[in-house]
Amino acid sequence: MQAFTTHKGIVAPLDRSNVDTDAIIPKQYLKSVKRTGFGPTAFDDWRYLDPGEPGMDHSQRRKNPDFVLNREPFDRATILLARENFGCGSSREHAVWALTDFGFRAVIAPSFADIFFNNSFKNGLLPIALKEDEVDSIFKAVETTPGLELEVDLPNQVVKAPDGSTYEFEIDSFRKHCLIEGLDDIALTLEHADKIKAYETAQMAKTPWLFNDMRSNVGG
Amino acid sequence: MAGKTLYEKLFDAHVVHDQGDGTALLYIDRHLVHEVTSPQAFEGLRLAGRKPWRTGAMLAVPDHNVPTTNRAGGIVDPVSREQVSTLDRNCQEFGVQEFPMSDLRQGIVHIIGPEEGFTLPGSTVVCGDSHTSTHGAIGALAFGIGTSEVEHVMATQTLLQKRTKTMQVRVDGELGPGVTAKDVVLAIIGKIGTAGGTGYAIEFAGSAIESLSIEGRMSVCNMSIEAGARAGMVAVDEKTVEYFRDKPFAPTGEMFDRAAAYWRTLKSDPDAQFDKVVTLDGSKIEPQVSWGTSPEMVGPVNGRVPDPATVTDPVKAEGMRKALEYMGLEANTPMTDIQIDKVFIGSCTNARIEDLRAAAAVIKGGHVAENVTLAMVVPGSGLVRQQAEKEGLDKVFLEAGFEWREPGCSMCLAMNADRLEPGERCASTSNRNFEGRQGQGGRTHLVSPAMAAAAAIAGHFVDVRQA
Repeated sequence: MQAFTTHKGIVAPLDRSNVDTDAIIPKQYLKSVKRTGFGPTAFDDWRYLDPGEPGMDHSQRRKNPDFVLNREPFDRATILLARENFGCGSSREHAVWALTDFGFRAVIAPSFADIFFNNSFKNGLLPIALKEDEVDSIFKAVETTPGLELEVDLPNQVVKAPDGSTYEFEIDSFRKHCLIEGLDDIALTLEHADKIKAYETAQMAKTPWLFNDMRSNVGG
Repeated sequence: MAGKTLYEKLFDAHVVHDQGDGTALLYIDRHLVHEVTSPQAFEGLRLAGRKPWRTGAMLAVPDHNVPTTNRAGGIVDPVSREQVSTLDRNCQEFGVQEFPMSDLRQGIVHIIGPEEGFTLPGSTVVCGDSHTSTHGAIGALAFGIGTSEVEHVMATQTLLQKRTKTMQVRVDGELGPGVTAKDVVLAIIGKIGTAGGTGYAIEFAGSAIESLSIEGRMSVCNMSIEAGARAGMVAVDEKTVEYFRDKPFAPTGEMFDRAAAYWRTLKSDPDAQFDKVVTLDGSKIEPQVSWGTSPEMVGPVNGRVPDPATVTDPVKAEGMRKALEYMGLEANTPMTDIQIDKVFIGSCTNARIEDLRAAAAVIKGGHVAENVTLAMVVPGSGLVRQQAEKEGLDKVFLEAGFEWREPGCSMCLAMNADRLEPGERCASTSNRNFEGRQGQGGRTHLVSPAMAAAAAIAGHFVDVRQA
């Protein structure tokens, strides 16, 4: 996983609440069996004026000039700014892959949907929940200064604006550690393999009907 | 010390290792797999040279991409076909049990889990699918995960989880005639909002919930995620125990009795404390119709499309304006004046046998209205389809002008060939009315199966109690 320590980049304002993962990456692109290549079709229905299908050359499609990510300098943005309940709906991790493939490293919103929030950390995308009035003030700052860059400092849990204002954010300590180190959490979990096997052995006695498949062979 | 909630009991029973910071490594008993969110996880295992920890805890089924017509002809779309055959290949390579497209037991992953007795009370259930919350209806801790977590569960049979807050949603009082589980959950989402349950596990309780069948409880828990909650659940009662008495993967004989004795303990203690309690009066819930592009944008069928001008919160008002523009609706329009083009009866929310019976009962010899260009019934599984045909429901639908399809997710998310065209308006028993969900530019109104059937016959929304 790509590690995250500090990042400075342009902020793209997406002034909507309840941005769902169907909007971030529509269903037709979920047919891919890969983790890459979702960037050109991120926000497909809002971004293009013509319908898209997998396998198309998306650079040849008609872009919606009103959509923020089609406009200079937001087409180079690496921080996405949105309203409450960002990433709601489907569990599709493709939504996170689409954002990172587009170039985003962080999303700032007043709140996030749980599954999207989890998925982000697995892919080095930092979801930053700020207070509603703080998000509002960043929206206003970006409106005044399009191309405004914010600096995200994960070790110190703070977002810094060029005018010197700062916004502190909360993050779970374990997640922070994994993100800064870019750790593979499967390898970390497998350090507890003995505990997993011990749990299985104990549960086979308590709830044997859940272990019909492994009477003879516990654990991998 | 206060007693435990059902969520806490289920969570505590599955802790493999407590990290001491509020997170714990949680054992996963049942892992459901479908073709859309698993290929990258299998690939991850392969790249890391890992094997699944316990294939016997897994059950795979293709559902999102499968065609609902001419199943024997295979999948026409080559990209969809490749995704389904990738699942077949992965299951073969890793030794995972799969119900392939040709299997009678194939169906929507959340329909077949309980139907097979693969998901059981007291189990932890995950799937790379947000509607995994469905299985909470049987007293399980069930929630959707992303593909990285799918890979994590495959490799370790565990997930690192933070204890969530708990919310009890109490619906007391007797539901009126024609008011179904779907109306209950839509009313709940309308009340608490689409993010109202974020960060919580919801337990649905109260006499109205208890009065629902297990299948009805599944419809309620299914849409927990539409209220923001990853997990929704209902306490085990005798209906739950009886539901599993004849399921293929469920325990039998003496083992069943032993399991049932444990299952009966799966309820919140009387003195358990919830972080939040929400109450609704079941007797006041009316048949619901959604009018916007988020499931919280919902109201009673006898109401009107709301007016953003009456809303003071500017962000909310702007969201409503965008939704009405997308939906092609004027504020203050009576819901019953809204004409529809298509009807979809199906999805993991409402494609169980009881849903099909409820829809068929409303048809009563009527015929799909002329302005409705397509009305389709997509059973949740091959077994649901078989049962419906045994009861003659297929004939009721066909004679009324509905299409009778083969099982799959179908037009709930339109990954297969079933979809809305731009501007088309659909009465749908599915779970999401997001922009483009049922096809780019399509307009979705969420309703119960009975309300969908009534709308199909009338050509517009009607109060099923007067239909």
